[in-house]
Formats: sequence, structure tokens, C-alpha cells
Amino acid sequence: MAAEVGLFLDALALRAGYNSALVAVGAALLGIAAGGSGAFIFLRKRALVSDAVSHATLPGVGLAFIAMVALGGDGRWLPGLLIGSALSAAIGLVIVEWMARATRLSEDAAIGAVLSVFFGLGIVLLTIIQTLSSGRQAGLESFLLGATAGMLLSEAYTIAAAGLVAALIVLAMRRQMTLVAFDPDYAATQGVDIRRTDLTMMALALIVTVIGLKVVGLILIVALLIIPPAAARFWTDRVDRLIALAALFGGLAGYIGAALSSAFAALPTGPIIVLVAFALFLASLLGSPLRGVLAAALNGLSFRRRVHRRQGLLALARGEAIYDGFTLAVLRQAGLIRRDGVATLAGRAAAAAAVRDEARWDAAHDLAAHNLAEDERVLERYDGLTPIEEVMTADQIAELDRRLARLEAARPEVSG
Amino acid sequence: MALPLDGPGLQEPVLIARAGDLVGLGGSDSPLLVRGLTVSYGRKPAVFSVDAEMPAGSMTAIIGPNGAGKSTLLKGALGIVPRLSGEIRVFGQPFAAARHRVAYVPQRAGVDWDFPARVIDVVLMGLYREIGPLRFAGRRHRQTALACLERVGMADFAMRQIGQLSGGQQQRVFLARALAQNADLYLLDEPFAGVDAATERAIVGVLQALKDDRKTVVCVHHDLSTVTDYFDRVLLINLRKVAEGPVGEAFTAEALQATYGGRLSRDHIEDLALAG
Repeated sequence: MAAEVGLFLDALALRAGYNSALVAVGAALLGIAAGGSGAFIFLRKRALVSDAVSHATLPGVGLAFIAMVALGGDGRWLPGLLIGSALSAAIGLVIVEWMARATRLSEDAAIGAVLSVFFGLGIVLLTIIQTLSSGRQAGLESFLLGATAGMLLSEAYTIAAAGLVAALIVLAMRRQMTLVAFDPDYAATQGVDIRRTDLTMMALALIVTVIGLKVVGLILIVALLIIPPAAARFWTDRVDRLIALAALFGGLAGYIGAALSSAFAALPTGPIIVLVAFALFLASLLGSPLRGVLAAALNGLSFRRRVHRRQGLLALARGEAIYDGFTLAVLRQAGLIRRDGVATLAGRAAAAAAVRDEARWDAAHDLAAHNLAEDERVLERYDGLTPIEEVMTADQIAELDRRLARLEAARPEVSG
Repeated sequence: MALPLDGPGLQEPVLIARAGDLVGLGGSDSPLLVRGLTVSYGRKPAVFSVDAEMPAGSMTAIIGPNGAGKSTLLKGALGIVPRLSGEIRVFGQPFAAARHRVAYVPQRAGVDWDFPARVIDVVLMGLYREIGPLRFAGRRHRQTALACLERVGMADFAMRQIGQLSGGQQQRVFLARALAQNADLYLLDEPFAGVDAATERAIVGVLQALKDDRKTVVCVHHDLSTVTDYFDRVLLINLRKVAEGPVGEAFTAEALQATYGGRLSRDHIEDLALAG
């Protein structure tokens, strides 16, 4: 085990030999391209379409093999296989798009049909090829889940070049893809061609699938497209950062996953890359301070404490008994009440402050209701907890206090 | 057709005179001209052969019952849904040639508000055509966006994630995005649906200011009780056009009865401040 860990560290440092380094760099480039391209597929909620596209590559691989053998060439010539896979994936994409548009089938039905039919056809072709004399050791099944074996320098170049193309497309289309993903109707009024934008987005998925065939395989490539942006979403509320982070996570997953599988010879590269991506996703889901579940739980707790503190103080000020155990605990921890529930000096001061704050907010709402407020926008920041001093200027508050004093002075006459 | 012969051809000179407008008498360069618009989902028309014309500087409410084709009329005019037949002219041109002069405010419910964007990012979408697809938004663009947010009272919220806003605030962000386009014709789909009173006042204020600026405003509207306060023209539709014209002439009890059929009680109609 220790030896493998050492190998893994070597592989991370690109010192585990030429081939391992090549696979690690190639997988990292693939992950960057996949994560960046996947960001828009994720935002447009089209993960299933990209899954259909990747499954639709398989018959193209089989047919390209058969065609190349029939022409007397080597059926395993990679560029030929990739061109075949791209063609059949494009056909699958066009069929999904056409079925959803021209028939009354919903898009997910069209996706399900195309995905399974193309994949089934591909498996049939692969089985036939196995029985052909020329297909003995074709090794085409490695396209399903990627190959653990090495990578040629030319393949790494192919991934780098195609990844660069994908990155340029993302850069050039980011604004219109963002518009379409957020609000397609509005995008249409701005002159954005929705259909062309969606097809470009799927072309990105197709590029990534084809260059990822040898590394991750066609079944799992959707994970490399979708998991990195899903993980990135936990960290940011901005599209541009989401793209950059998704590319980073994808690249990390590819790099670490490839290093792991080169150190532990029994581990398959593609699935390990996907699992590493998932680990990044899990870490983001739990640990992100912005949208992670732990942060959300903590925020929820602190909000709950603030609500209980406020309610408890108002109850103290009105001399009401407090029964809620959580409220009592919050007040006691803050030193606002004693063990026996009687307010401390600090507690009485805080209660008076809460009541005053409440009265000022009421006065502000009252002014707005009578259309007397000079600026009713500040009321939008009213949440029942924010002190009015954080929202209004001292002058505005003084004005409210004068109004309160007038109301106070008027009250006995009304009641009497 | 069951409708009387009150086609635009007869009304145009009257309307134009009333609006004090000096555009061509043919009305060919009015902000929005709709002729015979039919939009159909499947084989069921949602809007059937509707004619309408919005004079410059007017503020029109499109009124009708649910499913009457109000939103579809806007979407058909904007080319968001395909037209089965009919013609649209925007300032005398096909929509594609004049789209820079048109701002659309879609229904708030139509988008995913958990989308990773801040308020200012959404407003910057209104500058999409100005910035262009390749360049990045610059300081000037951000200032424009902030100024538009200020007009709807949302400048303090520029850096908030859009999911943190209330419904009324989201509606105002959409309005600010339309303002950023600096258009001449504003088409709004139910801008007052489900918003608070403060938002309604803010939106009405902005729309009135646009009208005072000789811009043209068209709203799909569902609250009959505010029509006379907010708008100067109405377009009543229920699949077909029932009536169109200044509030004082077209917003009548008969027209409402014809639009809504039995769905509107007599009492309700009598409560409204109606013309005639």
C-alpha cells in the first residue's frame, strides 16, 4: 500500500514515467474542457440530452470500424473511429431535437428513445465485429468505459486541440448562452437564435464526448460534463465564476483520477476520474460557505436564535411569561435573564431597546401607509430583526421619534 | 366575423388626432401595428385574426379572461411564438429590423430565480446588444445598469443574488432590464401580477414617466379596477379582438360583457369606473 501511495504522489508530480504523465495531462485537459462546456448544459438543464449524444456515438464507432476494414485498412485507426462516432452522435442529436419539436412527444421521451436505440444498435455492431475474423482484438469495448492503458502523444495533442476549440466556443458564446439558459423568451426578443445556441451547446458536449471516448468512455462522460458545474454551483452565484470553477474541478478530477489509476494498477481510469469528481462535489456540497448544507444549517440556526432572542426580549418587555425552552436558553446564554427567568439589568435594557426599535419600525410603516414617507424603500429592508439604525439615518429616526412622541401625547385624550 | 366593422382603417385618423400625434396618417410608422395576427398551439388557435395599433406615447392595457390569448398576442408580436398568419410592424418595420427599439418584460414566473446571477447581471442582460457577444461589460455599462436599478428603487440590491428577492423586487429587476435597453416601445406581460403595493406604485411611476417621455407602453393586465387609473387605452381580447381604443370609449360595460361573457358579474362591472 505504501508503495502505491508513493507511486500516486509521484504520479501527481508527473514523475511516474512518461506514459503516466501523458495520461494525467491528457485527462486534466479533458476535465477542463468537459467542466467548462458542461457549465451551460447544467444551467440549461440539458444533462440528459448530452447523455443521449454520448450514447449515440457507439454505432458510429462500430460502423467506422466495419467501413475501414471493408476498405482494406486497419479498423482500429483512431481518427477514423472518432469521426464515425461524431457523425452518429450528431445524427442522434438531430433526431432528439426533431422529435421534440415536430411530434407531441416530450423531450425526455425523445431522449430515452434515441439513447437506448442508438446504444443497442452500437452493442449489436460491436458483437458482430467480435465475430468477424478481422475483429478479433478490435478492443472497441474500451470506448464504453475508457481504457486503463496508456495514451499516445498524438491523442494528448488531439485532446488539447479539441479542448482549446471548446474553450474558444465557450468564450465566444458565453453571453448568449447565459441569456438563453436564464430566460429564452427574452433572449429571442434580443435576436438570439435559441435553436442555434442550443445546438452549439450540444456540439460542445459532442466534442467533449469524442475526445473523452478513450479516457472516460461514452457511458460516464456525462458525469464529467455535469458534476463539475454542479459542484461549482455551491461556491458561486455568478455564471463567469461558475464556468471557471467547473473547468478547474473537471481538470482536478481528471488529473487526480489519472494519477490514482496509474498508481493502483487495478483501478480503471475513467470510473476513478468520475469518482474523484464526485468527491469534489461532495466536499462542495458539505463544505461550501456560500451554499453548502453545513453553512445552510449554521445560518439557519443563527437565524433561529435571532428570532427567538427578539421574541423573548419583546415578551420580557411586556412582562409576559416565556414558555419556549429554546427562547429561554438563548436569553440565558446571552446573560439577559437569570436562571429563574427574571430579566437581568442587561436584559431589561435590551428589551427596552427592542421595544423602541419595534415602535420606530411601526411608525415608519405607518408613515408609508399614509403616503407620508419621503423614502419608503428603506422599508424593504424590514425583516423583523434588523435594527432600524442599520437602515435609516439618525435624522430619519429622530423624525420617527417625534411622531411617536406626538402619538404618545395624543393617546390619553383618545382613550379618555 | 361577428365583430362590427370597426377596423383600424376607420379608427386611425381619429386615434391619431386624439393622441395629438403627427405621425403619418396611414399609421404605418406607429410603434406597434398588428394585422390579422393568428397564433395557434397545435390546432387550437390562441389568438385569432387580431388587429391592433398602438399610437406613440400611449399606454395600453391588454385585457381579457384567462386563456384569452393576452400573453400570446405579445409573444406573437415579438416572434417568440411562431405566427400562423398576420403581419407585425414595429415603427413601420418588420420586428427583426426594429428589435433594438423594443423592450420586453416577460412574466416573472417564467424563469428559474435560483439561476447564478446577481441583480446587476440580470440588468446587464438588457445591454446584450449594446455590449455585443464577445466583449465584457465595462464600467460604463455597469453605471447604466445601476442607473436603471435606481429608477425602479432597486440600486441597493445590485449585488444580491436574484433568488433572495421578493416577487415584487424581481419584477422591478425585470423592468430595470427593459429600461437598460433604452427602447421606444415597452411590452410588459402582467407586470402587476402578485406584487406588493409599493412595487405596483414604483412600476406605475416608471411607466408613466416613460409615457411622458413619448415612449409607448403596452401591458397585459388583469386587474380591471385599476385600468382607468393607470392606462389611457385598452385592447379587449378573448381569442378575437372585442374592442380597442381610449379608455373613455372602449372600456364599456358592453365591451367587458362581450369579453368576459358570464364570468364577470353585473355587480363587479357596475363597481368599475366605466365609460359610457
